[in-house]
Amino acid sequence: MAVTLDQTIAQKQHTLLTRVFASQTFWVVIAVILACLFLSVATDSFATTKNLYNITRNITFVAIVALGMTFVIITGGIDLSVGSVLCLCSMVLAVTMHAGYGIEIGIAAAIATALIIGAFNGILIAYLGFPPFVVTLGMLSIARSLAMVASNNTVVFQFGPDHDKLLALGGGAFVFGIANPVLYMIVLALITGFVLRWTKFGRHIFAIGGNEHAATLTGVPVRQIKVAVYMISALAAGLAGIIQTGWLGAVTTNLGNGMELQVIAATVIGGANLAGGMGTAFGAVVGAALIEVIRNSLGLLGINAFWQGVFIGGAILMAVLFDRLRNFRRNE
Amino acid sequence: MSVLELANISKHFGAIQAVNDVSLTIEAGQVVGLMGDNGAGKSTLVKMIAGNFRPSHGTMQMDGKELILHKPVEARQHGIEIVHQDLALCNNLTAAANVYLGRELRRGVGPFRILDYAAMYKRAGQIFAVLKSETRPRDLVKQMSGGQRQAVAIARTMLSQAKIVLMDEPTAAISVRQVAEVLNLIRHLRDQGIAVVLISHRMPDVFDVADRVIVMRRGRKVADKTIASSSPEEVTGLITGAIEQV
Repeated sequence: MAVTLDQTIAQKQHTLLTRVFASQTFWVVIAVILACLFLSVATDSFATTKNLYNITRNITFVAIVALGMTFVIITGGIDLSVGSVLCLCSMVLAVTMHAGYGIEIGIAAAIATALIIGAFNGILIAYLGFPPFVVTLGMLSIARSLAMVASNNTVVFQFGPDHDKLLALGGGAFVFGIANPVLYMIVLALITGFVLRWTKFGRHIFAIGGNEHAATLTGVPVRQIKVAVYMISALAAGLAGIIQTGWLGAVTTNLGNGMELQVIAATVIGGANLAGGMGTAFGAVVGAALIEVIRNSLGLLGINAFWQGVFIGGAILMAVLFDRLRNFRRNE
Repeated sequence: MSVLELANISKHFGAIQAVNDVSLTIEAGQVVGLMGDNGAGKSTLVKMIAGNFRPSHGTMQMDGKELILHKPVEARQHGIEIVHQDLALCNNLTAAANVYLGRELRRGVGPFRILDYAAMYKRAGQIFAVLKSETRPRDLVKQMSGGQRQAVAIARTMLSQAKIVLMDEPTAAISVRQVAEVLNLIRHLRDQGIAVVLISHRMPDVFDVADRVIVMRRGRKVADKTIASSSPEEVTGLITGAIEQV
């Protein structure tokens, strides 16, 4: 009896392979690969160095913000303010540097802005019990408005003495001709993946998303962690804003407009569950990749750009549909 | 020797006297059934032992030393563990992750410390083996039966050197077959020398597993006797008030 019990306890229900096949992220990766293969064959312009360089770089901004959003969504929250926060942080950076300060001060000011906004969101949500949707919806409006105030709603395209450094930071390619934003994205994705899988903080984030009450009862510092995830989300938006400023070489108050929806779409396509408790760093990046490949391919295939929303919306529904089908099968 | 001793404990919320002058002792390796109707004061009494409330009057002693609790965490530090009625489990995590929730094992140096998955799986597996429960540490709690979920919640109490385990209605919401499983888990806890306080409405469970039964009515302790010297009829009478006191 003792032996069989021990054997039962030691048994692994899933091997690595079955786990991979059961994950939504895996199927999205397959979809991305198939789409790329198809486009390489169907068009001459897809598999060119220039186009791939563009695609990979375009993925990064949504992907970096989606990495931060993943933390929030795993706790069962939502952050609608990321697009506006991205814009505000870009504007703070641009205005500070335009006023003659160096790039270090500009970046520090932008990051500080992001952290303050994230902390503000988080404190209202965690300590005062505001619904995340409402708080971040309010911040969506506030941050964009502050960006207009900061710049007097003008376009900033001169960044003072460190102008060239900023453009090199965002637009250059320091290593092997890979666009800098892509490198940042890879580094941030690795950090996010590590934190979610290997740290106590990451474990607690999943616990809060799974059962917040249980997390509280077992001594998880739920409120502090919630504040931290909204700060991480805002920080990711701020970093994306800094990088995007360097890449674009100009900031308008339209930057990041409507981006929150793309970011949420990317995380959901990548396997995060809006009800909380599920999500991965890799999924966020892959989700962003799928969206960008769809956008890019429509252009190359000569399909009217107005159809973009239909395809991206369809991709969201498809991704979640696969998840539902698996659940139905499991329940039967 | 008694693990926990309550002397003349009272608790009132404003004008409402929830617990009135209750004294009792709990011995190591004993299962005590705490019974009473809704509003009899069982939950309030248990919440004082668990550190959720502070008594208005009276003292608690643990191993002969006075016990003052401000927070639930302090109760846990003193070896008082609670199995909540809703079990407080995260469905999206594995059994081992749930067992270690809030006190994860880590390895590494200084700030560079990572979760020690292997050690947590191993130790959780050992605890399930002691509990004689067929629960796999790597499985998600989502896929588990009611009895296995109870085993996960109970395994938590065995991580540290628990002296007392308070169980709030552990058999209220599970199937008959699983009730037997949970009662077995309680016996295994007792065999480890742990004192178990079983709060329950279910007479058969208490008479099956408990060594002693304490009955409360309207905030007062109306009976405290061994199971052998009592009967379900008597306890029912005590709960409803048909029998005044014994």
